[in-house]
Amino acid sequence: MAMTMSGEYQLAATPEAVWAKLNDPAVLKACIPGCDSLEVVGENEFLAVATNKIGPVKATFKGRVKLTDLDPPHGYKISGQGEGGVAGFAKGGASVKLAPKDGGTVLSYEVEAQIGGKLAQLGQRLVNGAAKKLADDFFVRFAAAVVAPAG
Amino acid sequence: MHATGIGASVRRKEDQRFITGQGHYTDDINRPGQTHAYFLRSPHAHAKIKNIDSQEAASAPGVVAVLTGPQLATDKIGNLICGWMIHSKDGTPMKMAPHPALAVGKACHVGDAVAVIIAETLAQAKDASEKIKIDYEVLTAVVDPAKAQAKGAPQIHEIAADNTIYQWHLGDPKAAEAAFASAHHVTKIDLINNRLVPNALEPRAALAEYDSGTDQLTLWNTSQNPHVARLVIAAFVGMAPEHKLRVIAPDVGGGFGSKIFIYPEEVVCLWAARKVNRPVKWTSDRSEAFLTDAHGRDHVTHAEMAFSAEGRILGLRAKTVANLGAYMSTFSSSVPTYLYATLLSGQYDIPQIYCEVDAVYTNTVPVDAYRGAGRPEATFVVERLVEVGARELGLDPADLRKRNFIKSFPHQTPVIMAYDVGDYGATLKKAMDVADVKGFGKRRRESARHGKLRGLGYSAYIEACGIAPSQAVGSLGAGVGLWESAEVRVNPTGSVEVLTGSHAHGQGHETTFAQLVSERLGIPMDNISIVHGDTDKVQFGMGTYGSRSGAVGMSAIVKALDKVEAKAKKVAAYMLEAAEADIVFQDGKFTVAGTDKSAAFADVALNAYVAHKFTGAELEPGLKEGAFYDPTNFTFPAGCHICEVEVDPETGNTEVVAWTAVDDFGVLINPMIVEGQVHGGIAQGVGQALLEGAVYDANGQLLTGSFMDYCMPRAENFPTFRVETTETKCPSNPLGIKGCGEAGSIAAPVAVINAITDAIGSEDVIMPATPSSVWQTLQRIGGRKAA
Repeated sequence: MAMTMSGEYQLAATPEAVWAKLNDPAVLKACIPGCDSLEVVGENEFLAVATNKIGPVKATFKGRVKLTDLDPPHGYKISGQGEGGVAGFAKGGASVKLAPKDGGTVLSYEVEAQIGGKLAQLGQRLVNGAAKKLADDFFVRFAAAVVAPAG
Repeated sequence: MHATGIGASVRRKEDQRFITGQGHYTDDINRPGQTHAYFLRSPHAHAKIKNIDSQEAASAPGVVAVLTGPQLATDKIGNLICGWMIHSKDGTPMKMAPHPALAVGKACHVGDAVAVIIAETLAQAKDASEKIKIDYEVLTAVVDPAKAQAKGAPQIHEIAADNTIYQWHLGDPKAAEAAFASAHHVTKIDLINNRLVPNALEPRAALAEYDSGTDQLTLWNTSQNPHVARLVIAAFVGMAPEHKLRVIAPDVGGGFGSKIFIYPEEVVCLWAARKVNRPVKWTSDRSEAFLTDAHGRDHVTHAEMAFSAEGRILGLRAKTVANLGAYMSTFSSSVPTYLYATLLSGQYDIPQIYCEVDAVYTNTVPVDAYRGAGRPEATFVVERLVEVGARELGLDPADLRKRNFIKSFPHQTPVIMAYDVGDYGATLKKAMDVADVKGFGKRRRESARHGKLRGLGYSAYIEACGIAPSQAVGSLGAGVGLWESAEVRVNPTGSVEVLTGSHAHGQGHETTFAQLVSERLGIPMDNISIVHGDTDKVQFGMGTYGSRSGAVGMSAIVKALDKVEAKAKKVAAYMLEAAEADIVFQDGKFTVAGTDKSAAFADVALNAYVAHKFTGAELEPGLKEGAFYDPTNFTFPAGCHICEVEVDPETGNTEVVAWTAVDDFGVLINPMIVEGQVHGGIAQGVGQALLEGAVYDANGQLLTGSFMDYCMPRAENFPTFRVETTETKCPSNPLGIKGCGEAGSIAAPVAVINAITDAIGSEDVIMPATPSSVWQTLQRIGGRKAA
């Protein structure tokens, strides 16, 4: 089933600072909910493992994540495909845009994803809510990370 | 009437054990050393399987084996088959694609089994399944039957261009054309008969055991026809020779057709049991059931009915696309053809009928027979056409029906069937009386005062049951004969075991079959056991579906009882020192006519076995007889259901407020059980009309994959049903019975839709008629002014 989601977050840092953090695997790992590992496997390419629960389905997703259309410090596209084993799969992408606003940065994103298998069968009513919550969790942590001192 | 004989509402013998948890279902059976199977299923509707890496899983804790599709061929395990050959209009045979028990090279629907893990515990099997790495190349899926044949649609199977399995037809197109050309009025409708998920209370299960000493395989499974399962698994799948395979279907908790078919899981359990030389057990969970039990219905139909100026039906034409899903299930080909188009005459004298059916593959769960199987689809077409036709012609729908009813029998329809007997006017009249149709106007005004739109819908249905005779179904493509067998074993103490090829999975055979024996032999019900569901006990049987257990299965018992009685008379003649011709058998006693000399049934039974009164040269000892019964025609149960609904125009919610069912099932064996069957059938039919519908997204993901999203009917959805019967005796079987198991689910959907469309004043109502869809129609038409 198809899922679309969009949102905006105001971050207390310049677009350049936000951009740097968005490309820092350690920051991403710390901010992605349930992220067990995030391994750099190529230029702008990661192998991610994350465990999350959507409704009755708990799954460890393993997937390749790629960053494309890099336009520092204005945005990029992040896309990937995660296999959750018997829980099913999720694939899709998000375009992330950064713009200066009120002395900080407004980050906006648009997600388009497809999910299948048990996730779609059992979790579809909960997927949008669960995805929104995962995104919120990510950005709450990310907002904290962008104002934290480097290192 | 005998207190426990034919026509008595005897309480069901089997219910005590069912409702006190004493039943023995497949999952209740455990064998020493048993392992557990878990199936890893495709999350994609259509995908190439480029590689399966099961190394890590194979060495996971508790894992005994991991098996995949390509190994089936190595072990010479054949594909599953569809057992009813249908030829297209152009004479070409249907395009049956290979259906391996585990996917080979390609997965064709979400839920298609790709690998099986055999482990010490189910949890270990599940854990290990997480370690299997499958490299899928996802392909575009097609799920909508109306789009499956379109240019550019992905082709699912190499054998079937345009995903077309067959393009079949029935009737004379030119004669139908002429009938339509002469019509005063033509009614045209487009219908979708919604896809249903069967949802038997007990999920499917299989337990397989291999005895390496005798090379014997045993399968316990949830089957409606264990002998047919054994035949197909032996002869077509090639698992083992028939005499080395025993299939036992113990207590089975509901089937509704979905347990007729031979499924991949039971084949895999048998294969794996022999491979690992340990028993292998699998029990479906509810999520798996949604993705693997054969679904029902799923037709897209355009239909037309031609009327004369006097309101006589001149002809019917229908063009249907039937979705058979990703593979052809065991009897799938017959459902939208010979179980559908042959019933398009309904209860009416229709001179010309022409029907075309295209069956297509899609990336969805296979579709096969589900309670009613083809006949609910036919009834939906006929009774919508008649109802809409009446409204367009400005005629009373009951009058239009009466005008066109078949009134003389036998009646040959233009679509194969020869109706033997019936009185459709009588069922309609009785239904109208019981439903108080005369008072409907008053009730409608009363509803309007409460802001509700009230509607009344008729359904005058007919079905062809028994699914026999063998020669007839053979000429139409069936791969099997559809007779039934029975064996009556009288024990020396006079108790009786009846071995039947029918299978009970909720129908109450242990009661109704015993009633027949009780009446015939004059012995108490407690002295009778009904034995079924084991290929080692019952010699052969065709199983239970198509409302055939009474009409065909019991008729076989009658035939065997006739033989038992004849033999017992010979024994009694020796005991009573009288001529055999003078022996009269009545009320459990053998009497010498015109005397007071008699012997009780149990004494005769004992004498048959001790054999002291006759020599071996005069008479064979023992009292055991078998019979095969092949009927001479289908049976034709028919009736009239009247549904009244109230639609809330504010919410679009439909409430069924009254239901009348008047059915002609011929002779009733147990009226209470018949009434229960009618109740259950109506509930399933109303479920289809108002609540149930399997929905796939464009990528082939089943969105209604749990009871959260697939709405089953509940008691609160129904009023108290008014169930009555009429009776015309079926002439083609010795008991005069017609069958009642499917009637409700055949009659009900269209009665509901005819009632809703009557209530809201628009024909634009789909199934399921959910509140939102009815509300949207009301908005489109600007709302009906409450009458």
